[in-house]
Amino acid sequence: MKTKPKTNDLILQTVTKVATFVIVLFSIHIFFAGHYTPGGGFIGGLMTSSAIILLLLAFDLKTVKAILPVNYLLLVAVGLVFSVGTGTGALFFDAPFLTHAFEYFDLPLFGHTSLHTAVLFDTGVYLVVIGVTMTIIQTIGESE
Amino acid sequence: MSMLHWSILLPFIAAICIPFTGKITRKIHTGWFVLAVPIAIFLYLCTLLPKIKEHTTIMESVSWIPSLDISFDAYVDGLGLLFAMLITGIGALVTLYSIFYMNKEKENLVNFYVFLLLFMGAMLGVVLSDNLIVLYTFWEFTSLSSFLLIGYWNDRKASRYGAQKSLLITFLGGLSMLGGFIALYVMGDTFSIRELISMAPELIQHPLFYFSMVLVLLGAFTKSAQFPFHIWLPDAMEAPTPVSAYLHSATMVKAGIYLVARLSPIFALSAEWVWIVGLVGIITLFWGSFNAIRQHDLKGILAFSTISQLGMIMSMLGMGAAALHYTGNDSGIYMAATAAAIFHLINHATFKGSLFMVVGIIDHETGTRDIRKLGGLMTFMPITFTIAAIGSFSMAGLPPFNGFLSKEMFFKSTLTMANADFLSLETWGILFPVIAWIASVFTFVYCMILFFKTFTGKAKLDQLPKKPHEAPIGMLISPIILVSLVIIWGLFPNMLAETIIEPAVAAIQPVLYAADPYHVHISMWHGLQPELWMTIGVVALGFILYKTYPSWTGIYKWLPKRFTLNNAYNKGLSWMDIGSNRLTRGYMNGNIHDYLVYIFGFTFIILLYMMWRVDAFTINTTSVTPIGIYEVILAVILVTASIMILFAKSRLTSIILLGTVGYTVSLLFVLFRAPDLALTQFVIETVSTSLFLLCFYHLPKYKPKEKRVRFKVTNLIIALGVGVTMTLLALSSHSTKLFDSISEYYKQVTYKEAGGENMVNVILVDFRGLDTMFEITVLAIAAIGIYTMIKLRLERKGGAE
Amino acid sequence: MEILMSVVIGILFTIATYLVLSKSLLRIIVGTGLLSHAAHLLILTMGGLKQGAVPILSENANSYVDPLPQALILTAIVISFGVTSFFLVLAYRSYQELGTDNMDELRGNKSYE
Repeated sequence: MKTKPKTNDLILQTVTKVATFVIVLFSIHIFFAGHYTPGGGFIGGLMTSSAIILLLLAFDLKTVKAILPVNYLLLVAVGLVFSVGTGTGALFFDAPFLTHAFEYFDLPLFGHTSLHTAVLFDTGVYLVVIGVTMTIIQTIGESE
Repeated sequence: MSMLHWSILLPFIAAICIPFTGKITRKIHTGWFVLAVPIAIFLYLCTLLPKIKEHTTIMESVSWIPSLDISFDAYVDGLGLLFAMLITGIGALVTLYSIFYMNKEKENLVNFYVFLLLFMGAMLGVVLSDNLIVLYTFWEFTSLSSFLLIGYWNDRKASRYGAQKSLLITFLGGLSMLGGFIALYVMGDTFSIRELISMAPELIQHPLFYFSMVLVLLGAFTKSAQFPFHIWLPDAMEAPTPVSAYLHSATMVKAGIYLVARLSPIFALSAEWVWIVGLVGIITLFWGSFNAIRQHDLKGILAFSTISQLGMIMSMLGMGAAALHYTGNDSGIYMAATAAAIFHLINHATFKGSLFMVVGIIDHETGTRDIRKLGGLMTFMPITFTIAAIGSFSMAGLPPFNGFLSKEMFFKSTLTMANADFLSLETWGILFPVIAWIASVFTFVYCMILFFKTFTGKAKLDQLPKKPHEAPIGMLISPIILVSLVIIWGLFPNMLAETIIEPAVAAIQPVLYAADPYHVHISMWHGLQPELWMTIGVVALGFILYKTYPSWTGIYKWLPKRFTLNNAYNKGLSWMDIGSNRLTRGYMNGNIHDYLVYIFGFTFIILLYMMWRVDAFTINTTSVTPIGIYEVILAVILVTASIMILFAKSRLTSIILLGTVGYTVSLLFVLFRAPDLALTQFVIETVSTSLFLLCFYHLPKYKPKEKRVRFKVTNLIIALGVGVTMTLLALSSHSTKLFDSISEYYKQVTYKEAGGENMVNVILVDFRGLDTMFEITVLAIAAIGIYTMIKLRLERKGGAE
Repeated sequence: MEILMSVVIGILFTIATYLVLSKSLLRIIVGTGLLSHAAHLLILTMGGLKQGAVPILSENANSYVDPLPQALILTAIVISFGVTSFFLVLAYRSYQELGTDNMDELRGNKSYE
């Protein structure tokens, strides 16, 4: 995290530039696939944050902040709103809190797909996990 | 909800509304709004009088907690109505008085009146409920509002002390009373007082009978300030005078008397009741009047006088209970004592209420209540003087006031007790008239002191903080009404006899009354009976004692100073304070290590004990899966790495070893067919290891190892205990399958109901979504916590620089 | 397998408890981390190990391992991460403010007697 005037981390930086995208893509895949294969909001979120941590390790805090100007505490709040909101939504359909629904659709490109409200809930989890992990790492990093 | 319920609840509703009245009308004294409440209820209760006079009772039910057999039953009979009318009647007068007593500008009127209304409602609830639990609830409410009112001037130390004392003593009694009520419930399987009364003859056979009797009496005695629990009442005089007049003389302290009267039909069947209630009452009577003489504070005199008068009423109830042990004409003699108790209860409310108000006026107009500074006030405040004369002469038991009548009836009852021929009364019964007579002499003396020392003699104007003058008319209305009643009921006592005393007696002794209706007839002159001679004796000796009063007060110096009840209370309180402090400090020593030792120690000891009790030490090897080579390798790595943590010399080593453990666990998850766990654990381990390394710079270096052997041995024993217990727990829980796993359900419906295939994820987001939701909330809280711990400090530092 | 794991869990618990009871803050934190690993393994072992296929329906197996403990543990892992990091920051902040990590010196109520 500490950036010294001259560091020999060219290889790390170069690899990171590619690897981060791969990890993020994989994490998104794992997040969406969670309902059928191992994965889900927790793992997806953690993996995305580990990609950002990799960025942090390779570059310094300021650079990463410039690349990703995200307020992570806000992300936590948005995630919580997603999860609670999905749960509350069920109340409007006269169902108990947090009741989920799903239906099968024929979508172009995807073909026969099922769409779940549970994904919205899991999105909340995903965002909260990224937000929390990054808040922790970033604040500790900044405190030096 | 009937009118009756609404009238109990009206003061509570008013208490909620009162704080808003001040906002609307700043100019009007809050008391005027409050005044409407007791008057309205009083008028409503008056409409019930004709029915009660005909000996009908009124019962209204509202279901409250049906599953526990608790319903809000409002029940009105003679006794309840009498008390309710006292509460609202005196309440109205006291409120009126308080409007002129409490300064609108200086005092916090909203608090005062809210507390007062709370008390009024609670007290009505006590006397009008038929359910013991409801009664108890209201009962504690009266203690609470009394506490608040005594501590009304909470910036004074004495007020706080008095408030705490009254709260502790009355709550102690209240709690034991609750125990007594529960014992009654166990015996009779109902909380309804009427139903319990109807089964009284069976209850006395029950082993819990005496137990519940003692507990209930404890509640009644503490509330009614009976010896030796009377010590709270003098300290309660720190309350504003209207409160003292209302709570601590006319109503709340009579709740204990009410309870004794109400439960007499149940408990009076036992001879012990007669003895305990009668004797405690008469001792209180003596002790109160004896101590009243040495007080210098006018309110102190009245406080001890109240104690003694309460004792008198209590003893009359005890004597009246003797009626149950006789039949026919004889029982009527004892029932006269009950009638006397009721009559005196009413009289006491009138004369003591007026006297308290007089003292309030004196305090208000002269600025002091110290009897040594007062004197010669007769010329300055003639009306107050007249009121005080009537009040104190009635209290002394002089004709033609109502106090004389009830005192005569009291003497008559004690004489009857002396002649009783049961419960070994033939030998000890003589105590009753003797103590009663001596106590009455003292009563006479303090009444004279109260009156003559204040109003006659030489005025010491230089010692008074204010120049005395007559009180405003508003303050005089209430005491004038009360002393008029003193005279009216003194001359025409039979106004009360049929309307209220007889129904009340009927309520206290329903069985006897039904068999043989007792007619109350009170007359001023009934020949030269022994009781009249007793009164004459009281006046004669009392007059001599009053005249020679300074010469014999030396006897009070003989009383032990150190062994007073107050001292016992104070010592006991501080002893408990120190004792519990030491006890707590003994194990709560501020050292987290010791707390953790308790937690871990108790965890494994209780777990082991429970497992031993349910005989859970089993190992079932039938369903055990075979051991694979990979698992063994991982297990060995796991154990080695964690043992190495123990011996790690540097921080970095232990962090890396912890990481090793984490990754090994995630590999184990792979082998144990838990891909989600393995993935999560893997990523988490990466993130948290980097976190540890991030904090690395900030963390302290490892110090040299702990040297204390005892410390290490304790830790080792606890650690081994926890480890062994957990192994046993794991083995036993795997070996015993008491019921089918609920997981079967999830396995079956995962696809059907949630449309998913990954069961773990479906459980997380769908079936147990609420858990997950709270989990991310916890995470968010942890993040905010970390954020504030670091960021806020930085900002503060930045601001300071 | 379960018996072996039970013994391993016991050892982990012993070491974790011993670490938590020590007087250095960092060792306590490492101890809590170890304690959560032990607890996770305990829950998993209680439900039975390897008694079926991975709990994913597309495996089309006859029996699956118990999914419920896994769901519980997944939650627990993430929570313990949150708690551990909170604890870590708490520890180093108090070390910065108070200048010690010795539990004997970090007593809360010495002033009150």
